[in-house]
Amino acid sequence: MIHNTKAHKFGMLIDLDKCTGCGSCMVSCMAENNVPFKEDESRKKDSITWMRVYKLTNGKSFPDTEVVYMPRPCQHCSGIGDHGHSPCVSVCPATATDYGYDTGIVSQIYTRCFGCRYCMGACPYHARYFNWWDPKWPEGMENYLSPNVSPRMRGVVEKCSFCYHRYQLAKDKAYAEEREIEEMEYQTACTTACPAGAITFGDLNNPAHKVTQIVKPDPHPVPGNPKVVGKSRNPKVFRLLERLGTNTKVYYMSEREWVRKAGDNYLDGEWDKVKNHHGAETSHG
Amino acid sequence: MKIDRRSFLGLGLGAAAGIAVSPVGVKLTDDSSIWTQNWPWTPVPEDGEITYENSVCSLCPGSCGISVRKIKGRPVKIEGDENCPITGGGACLHGIAGLQYLYDPARVKTPLRKNGKRFEPISWEEAISTVAGKLGEIRENGSDTLGLITGGAQGSMTGMFRRFLDAFGSSNAFAMPSLDANLELTAQTLHGAGKTLGFDLENSDFVLSFGAGLLEGWGSPVACYKANSSRKERHGKLYQIEPRLSNTAANADKWIPCKPGTEADLALGICAVLLSKNLFAPGVYPGGLNRFTANVTKQYSPENVEAITGVKAADIEKLAVEFANAKNAVAIPGRGRGDQGQSLREFAAVQTLNALTGRLNKKGGVFIFDKESYLSFPEAAMDEIAEAGAGKDKQAASLDELVTKINASDAPLLNALFVYNANPCYALRDPKRVKDAFKKVPFVVSFSSYLDETAMEADVILPASTFLERMEDVPSGGGLAKQVVGLARPMVNPVFDTKNPGDALIALAQAMGGTIAESFEWETYEEALEAIAESVWETLSEEGYAVVAEGNPEGIPTTNFAYMADMPDAVQAQGDGKLILMPIDNMRLTGASSPFAVKTVSDKVIAGKDVVVEINPATAKGLKDGGDAVITTPVGKAKVKVFLNEGMMPGVIGMAKGLGHTYDNPYVAGKGVNVNDLIAPVIEPGSGLDAAFGITASISKA
Repeated sequence: MIHNTKAHKFGMLIDLDKCTGCGSCMVSCMAENNVPFKEDESRKKDSITWMRVYKLTNGKSFPDTEVVYMPRPCQHCSGIGDHGHSPCVSVCPATATDYGYDTGIVSQIYTRCFGCRYCMGACPYHARYFNWWDPKWPEGMENYLSPNVSPRMRGVVEKCSFCYHRYQLAKDKAYAEEREIEEMEYQTACTTACPAGAITFGDLNNPAHKVTQIVKPDPHPVPGNPKVVGKSRNPKVFRLLERLGTNTKVYYMSEREWVRKAGDNYLDGEWDKVKNHHGAETSHG
Repeated sequence: MKIDRRSFLGLGLGAAAGIAVSPVGVKLTDDSSIWTQNWPWTPVPEDGEITYENSVCSLCPGSCGISVRKIKGRPVKIEGDENCPITGGGACLHGIAGLQYLYDPARVKTPLRKNGKRFEPISWEEAISTVAGKLGEIRENGSDTLGLITGGAQGSMTGMFRRFLDAFGSSNAFAMPSLDANLELTAQTLHGAGKTLGFDLENSDFVLSFGAGLLEGWGSPVACYKANSSRKERHGKLYQIEPRLSNTAANADKWIPCKPGTEADLALGICAVLLSKNLFAPGVYPGGLNRFTANVTKQYSPENVEAITGVKAADIEKLAVEFANAKNAVAIPGRGRGDQGQSLREFAAVQTLNALTGRLNKKGGVFIFDKESYLSFPEAAMDEIAEAGAGKDKQAASLDELVTKINASDAPLLNALFVYNANPCYALRDPKRVKDAFKKVPFVVSFSSYLDETAMEADVILPASTFLERMEDVPSGGGLAKQVVGLARPMVNPVFDTKNPGDALIALAQAMGGTIAESFEWETYEEALEAIAESVWETLSEEGYAVVAEGNPEGIPTTNFAYMADMPDAVQAQGDGKLILMPIDNMRLTGASSPFAVKTVSDKVIAGKDVVVEINPATAKGLKDGGDAVITTPVGKAKVKVFLNEGMMPGVIGMAKGLGHTYDNPYVAGKGVNVNDLIAPVIEPGSGLDAAFGITASISKA
């Protein structure tokens, strides 16, 4: 009998230079997780997309304009100092969202949620969505719904779960076969769908996993900002609003400096001071 | 009893203790939480064993392998098939959303017959006998008045339809514009008949794309995504030439904006530099090279090309040298998806560039394939009428010409028309004229799965099962460097009273009797397919795929410069407006999208019920970002919203394709306008292609 002795810390790396903005990840997520749809989905504030692809531009005028697409799932924050106090978990009065210390995944339990939406206010990434209406499928279309993810109802908040049910299925199988779960056995629906191979998913606690090898997370707090742990030692890799200390587990990668700069808000001239502190120079390990 | 202070407190404490211990409170709280969480209207999907089955998606010419996850036999999710020789496991958003097409609200659920302006449901028997009866009458008075429009020209299903026409005695088979047809025409013009082009993007270290939307759905989309991703790992380069910062341009190493419709001029400009600098490769050039050299260097000097395209002369020279010196470079043609609004002049100019730099049949270059057919139909039985019909010429050279001729003629040119896997009343330029032509055909039979714009014009609809409900061979197309055929298998029983169109056709042929029935002596389409695809059937049925051709063909094919040496004229956008309206191919929108796909579309493309057009702020004088505007072209007018986009070349308005549907699916239709409503076809002399990629336009504040 194998006991789950070591905690996982699942995380993701998205290569923004490879991402083409095709939308496969968004649809794969919707199909995997029984995400509903409405007649008008052009009001993006109430359009439920666990995975949303944003379009960033460098703000320059023709012909120097550049565009990059940035897929944004739930960032699965580990919270200040990596202690599991992610912004949403800290404010939920119903324990409807919780931090999995064995997986690093921030859960959402729809039947506990009573729709106060504190979590939505707390989330710096707009990763959470409220069901203003009951889901409605055209006649017969409920037939494709998956039993692995409960369809949600009016009045609850939902968000990306890193396809937790896929972890459960893989874990059950590994458990039955008395072995540890392997890297490729648990992959999110967006990762497997990406035709560009821009998404890498795995266990950030496992040095053998590809995501860890690329990200090279620094286990030590950042000097001067002890809230931040797990900063990447790869100079091309960054996280969104990193210095808040949310310690997200979704990392982004780009060769282009303006893209990395778009990961946070900087005062005039501030970027030039901090950009070089990104990566190996500041690390201890 | 007197209640004193002591007993009052005692009772109170007793009651408190009682309530605390009693299960009633807990029970009531529990009940109320259960009651408030009792959502009987929220579906509870049935659980069960998980299984996977492989098939092939046929929503577009990509032929991507798919893996369908089933729960207790019920399909719940489509993903890419890792064993697919084309995609290796990727999938696009439309394929992944494939299950939504099964339950599309616009599906035709049973055979329909038009009665006045409305459709009435009829049985299959009645539908077949109605069509057979009508066709029988028509055949007596001129068998060549039966026409056929299909989506593509490949595969056994199209083969069956064409066979029906042969046996009936008509040669009037037409196909919708496609990249495949354009590539074949290019190969025929430059390298000889019976050939087609395949681009080895996976091994190319320098892709020079003349507007080809490699990330916008060009060719086999997932294969293009894969090749693009592998390019990043191989540090290969991609230069994108087009007026708009498309996703392809954004992902490329260099975006070279050029004026809309001048891609061919730039290609010729590069050819001129190569020829004048003696940078071209030796090759087999049987005809016209000297004349081409003389004409192209005279007319397409870098300075002239700068004036035409807007690309600087010095940059053109640099580009030419860079392209000639790259090891495994390839140039690819086809603006956007390369299917519609394309000119042979552009395709041939780009392929000429490949030929001059010695990229033919080279790794990372362009392969000139013989068109391999894995299909062999037995000889069709022909009676006198069929023989007579076979001798007659086609009514028109292309579908667009057919539409024009039908509209121009007083007597009906066609008495009957079959439409399969095509929606010309939406997808061709100026669809109103296509609808008018359909109204002039007395008897239209549609084999559509959906009550789309074209099916609405039909007299009888014999509804087709979707790709998830039927078996079919799915040949790859779209400029792939290999030729593969996949086998789509039924993943689910037909949800509605529909048939495999092959079976509908067999039933129809049997009902017609005579030699037509003899030409279709199969019990079922599946039996027919097994016989027709015999050469590959064993692999196809066992593996799900069969590779028909792979790797670079031997030798260097000849390149005939006669067509290009004549310096064919560029097709100009119609009208005299100051701006050019350019249709945008957007990966997230197809001709018929799913609710999921439309949900992913940006609010800078669809805003409520409006379409949003892109325009450079410098061009959009007086227009506000997000404001209302009206676009006027020589053909039509549309209310739009404005998106000021620095990624548009000044002088160009961009509008997404794939919107403005009018069928009964509120998640997809009723949004924006169909850009085709605003563009008139302009036929290219010689090729017969509708080469109008855009049209001149003006825009003003609403």
